[in-house]
Parts: sequence; C-alpha cells; structure tokens
Amino acid sequence: MRDVAIIAFAQLPAVRRDTEREEVELVQPVVTAALAQAGLDRRDVGFTISGSCDYLLGRPFSFVAALDAVAPWPPIAESHVEMDGAWALYEAWARLQCGDVDTALIYAYGKSSLGELPDVLVQQLDPYYLAPLGADAISLAALQARALLDSGRADERRLAAVAARSRRAAAANPCAQRRSRREVDELLAEPYLVAPLRKHDCPPISDGACAVVLAAGDVARRLVPRPAWIRGIDHRIEPHQLGHRDLTRSPSTAEAAARAGAGPDAAPFDLVELHAPFSHQELILRDALGLPTDDGTADGIDDGDGGDGPAINPSGGALAANPMMVAGLTRLGEAAARLMAGDGRRALAHATSGPCLQQNLVCVLETDGGAP
Amino acid sequence: MSDDAPDAAATAAPVTMVPSHVRLTYTVTAGRHLSSYLRALADRRIVGGRCPVCTKVYLPARGACPTCGVPADQPVEVADRGTVTTFCVIRIPFEAAPFPPPYVAVAILLDGADMPIFHLVRGIAPEEARMGMRVQARWVADDQLGPTLASIRWFELSGEPDAAYETYANHL
Ligand SMILES: [Zn+2]
Repeated sequence: MRDVAIIAFAQLPAVRRDTEREEVELVQPVVTAALAQAGLDRRDVGFTISGSCDYLLGRPFSFVAALDAVAPWPPIAESHVEMDGAWALYEAWARLQCGDVDTALIYAYGKSSLGELPDVLVQQLDPYYLAPLGADAISLAALQARALLDSGRADERRLAAVAARSRRAAAANPCAQRRSRREVDELLAEPYLVAPLRKHDCPPISDGACAVVLAAGDVARRLVPRPAWIRGIDHRIEPHQLGHRDLTRSPSTAEAAARAGAGPDAAPFDLVELHAPFSHQELILRDALGLPTDDGTADGIDDGDGGDGPAINPSGGALAANPMMVAGLTRLGEAAARLMAGDGRRALAHATSGPCLQQNLVCVLETDGGAP
Repeated sequence: MSDDAPDAAATAAPVTMVPSHVRLTYTVTAGRHLSSYLRALADRRIVGGRCPVCTKVYLPARGACPTCGVPADQPVEVADRGTVTTFCVIRIPFEAAPFPPPYVAVAILLDGADMPIFHLVRGIAPEEARMGMRVQARWVADDQLGPTLASIRWFELSGEPDAAYETYANHL
C-alpha cells in the first residue's frame, strides 16, 4: 500500500438555512481554503472527486454545476459519488494507490434547507415496502433508539449525556451550528420529539460544505510538516431492509474497523470522531468499536467530565452540525486537522450513510509526531 | 396458512405495478451571483461579472470562473444589443413553446460580454436567420419588469450590418 495522508481540511460554518449561496458558491471557498492550506494550485491536483446528492438540491446533475469551483477547464480528472464525501475520500485514496498521481481534492456540499428533509430522506428507502409508508429518518431512528433502550444497554439519561457532551464540545467549534450548553437534567425535562427521542437526540438540519486534500508519500511530507497518514480505511454495508438487521448493533462498523486496523487489539486512540447523527447511534457505534460507553467517572456517564479513554467528538459531532453528504467527510477532516495541529498522534474517524447506520466507514489516522 | 395457499398463489394474476407517488417541494436559492444578474434585469439593465484573473465577462456572474476557479464577480454592465453567434429554427410545437412554430432561437453575444445568452429573435422569417445578425433587446413595459430574463420579450434586428465572423469566432 502507498502511504497517503490528509494534508488539508476546510469547512464552512454550518447554518440552518443559507439563503445567500447556491452550490458553487458553497464549494468555491472551501476548495480555495483547503488548497491554500496544502500549498497547491488547482492545476497541481491529480484527481478531484465530490460527494453530494441531487435529491437534496432538487435538480439533476447539481454536482456538475458545482464543478466550476475546481476550474474544470481545460478538462481535469474528476469523479463523483452520490454519497457522503467520506466515500469520495475513499475513492480518492484508492485512486492514489494506482501510483500515477500524487494528490487528490475531495469536496462535499449539502443544502438540506431547500426541500423538506424528512420527505427527501424517505426516497432512500426501498420503493415497495418502506417508502410508501413515508417512514421518515427521525421515526426510523426512534425505532432504533427504542430497540436499544429495550435491550437494557442504554437509558434516556445516557442519550442526554451524549447530547450534553456534544454541545459542550461544539461551543469551542465555530463551524458548529448547535452550540448552546445544556445540562443533562435540563435536556431530560424537554418533551419527546418522536419518543424516545427528544429534539437534542436528533441532528439539526444544516447547510454546509467542506473540502479535504490528500497527498501521497514524499509529496505529503514536502507540502505539510505533519501529514495525517491514513493507516487504514474500510467501509461495509448492511441490508437495505431494516427488518433484516439487529438495529441495536453495528456489525458493519465492527467489520470495517477490524479491516482498517481499529479492531479489538488496536493501539489506543487519542481522539475519535464518530458520525452519529442521533445520540443513541453514538452508543451503538462505541459498542461496535470497543470504545467504553462509560468513562469511569462516578456517575458512569460519559459526559466529558474527565476519565480515561479517547476524546470523543471534540468537534461536537453530527449532533452539533449535520449538513447531509458533508458531515461524514467532516469527521475525517476534523480528526486529521487536530492531529496536524498536534492535538494527539492517533485518531479514529467514522462516517455513516443510509437509515439507522446502514453503511459505515472507518479510517485510522496517525501522524509521525513531527513538530506541529 | 391453509393447505391450498400455494395453489392460490400459483393461479393469482401477477402483480405488475405498485403505484408509488412521490412529490417533493423545493425552494431554490438563486445565489449571490445569479441574483445580481436577475435584479439588474428588473431594472432594465444587463449586468454580468468579470473574472479578475482571465478578465472574461460572464453572463450571469458566476460563483467560480470554470477556467480560474475564482468568483467572476466584478460587476460589468453590458449592452442590450449584440451579435447572433448561432441559431436554430423551432418547427415542432410543444406545451411550453412561447410562440406557435416556426420561430427562431438564438445565442447572442451581447456587446461587452464574453459568454452568449440564449433568447428568441422575432421579426424575421426563419429562412433569413443567420450567424452574425445584429440584434437589439425588446424589453417588456416598465410595469412588467421583474427579476427574470422574461423582462426581455425577445430580440429584433437592430438595423446594423451583420458582424464579421472574426468578431465572434472565439465566442462560439
Ligand atoms: Zn477566469
């Protein structure tokens, strides 16, 4: 395998509704900022790929409209996934393994505010059994949360603790959308949105964009002092039909982690960025990844009040900002940016896609330990 | 399940269709650059954007110049007359057609712009349509102006002699 590293990450602050910018106007600033961080000109990029979804924007080939931001004339080598940008990064990583190009630009954008997001997300379900029911993403997540609570492996207090920790971390992240601090008891006093989920258990609706630059081997070392090397990356998928899955477990995450070098015997991580749009999903993911769901402090709830183990979602995670098609790539970018800044040497980053954690990608990042 | 269920399934007519109606509603954002162009049209002006790197004037202004990757956003007002760079004659009626066929659709390089816009030319017989025709905008009445290219009803011959091919050869 060729050594490939994340060498730059840029994002727009997520907002509930961006009425000023259309696609290319979202993408252009993050692409420009990421390339500037990497010290690369647009012409020097060997491979370009994006992640976005036309259903969010309500028009076909919206990703073609966004291409102007990467200056596709004269023609460039370009690809696209109708998925979260984390999967675009995976394709870029695989492309760099071919050895003939050394750099790749990945960007993702999503404007969930243009349509009715719950209605739009129904369209990702199978068209015969589930879509006609109008099974929206929050209701499906609530079914999953109910199953988890009924399994006895979580309670509502622990869900609220995840949300409270996310908000506390997000307060320090200028790109997060939901940044007001709330305590667990306060959150538990809120009414249900779709029981057993309260509003704080669910992600905000967000508009946003981000970009990542990858570089291989010596090119990465030349461009930045502390590349965040991709030591392992893998993604796995579970059945489309929700009834065929145990919604309280995430075997695809466990399998992807094992193949990415983050299995049960892996060395500890300094920080972890999990793409868990719903609070209970973080607990399911941590279970699958062998990360303790209890930080060892007196109350037994991981709410960031100290304890051992890696920092979980120091960015605030997807509960704090969830631009569709962007939030997964953001987890990889956030983890890499922290390593590049010297906040740790080893990170696990995860992205998800589809209803109830259907698809999962795990990436292990490490720095050589050079001066930040 | 009763014993005769398999037989019933074997003789039942196959399900060949499942109606599954989908309706999604969107509120589109024009964006800063397209908005500047649309607002100017409501003001009877045609405003594009110049790329600060290659100096091309785009109509409308763009969030990124496809050659340079930077916003083409320096405001430039261009003329409401220009040169037809290419055309076609529509002879097939369709529901959204603006006129009964035949009529002439054109790409027009407005004076001062580097990108043609698409519009219609009226007042000529289809067989007279040609590249290089000089045309002039016919705007709607003041009280019908709006942030839309429909503020220009159509283009008509300006009365100037046809432009030489070399003057628009790089804009086809
Ligand atoms: Zn330019």
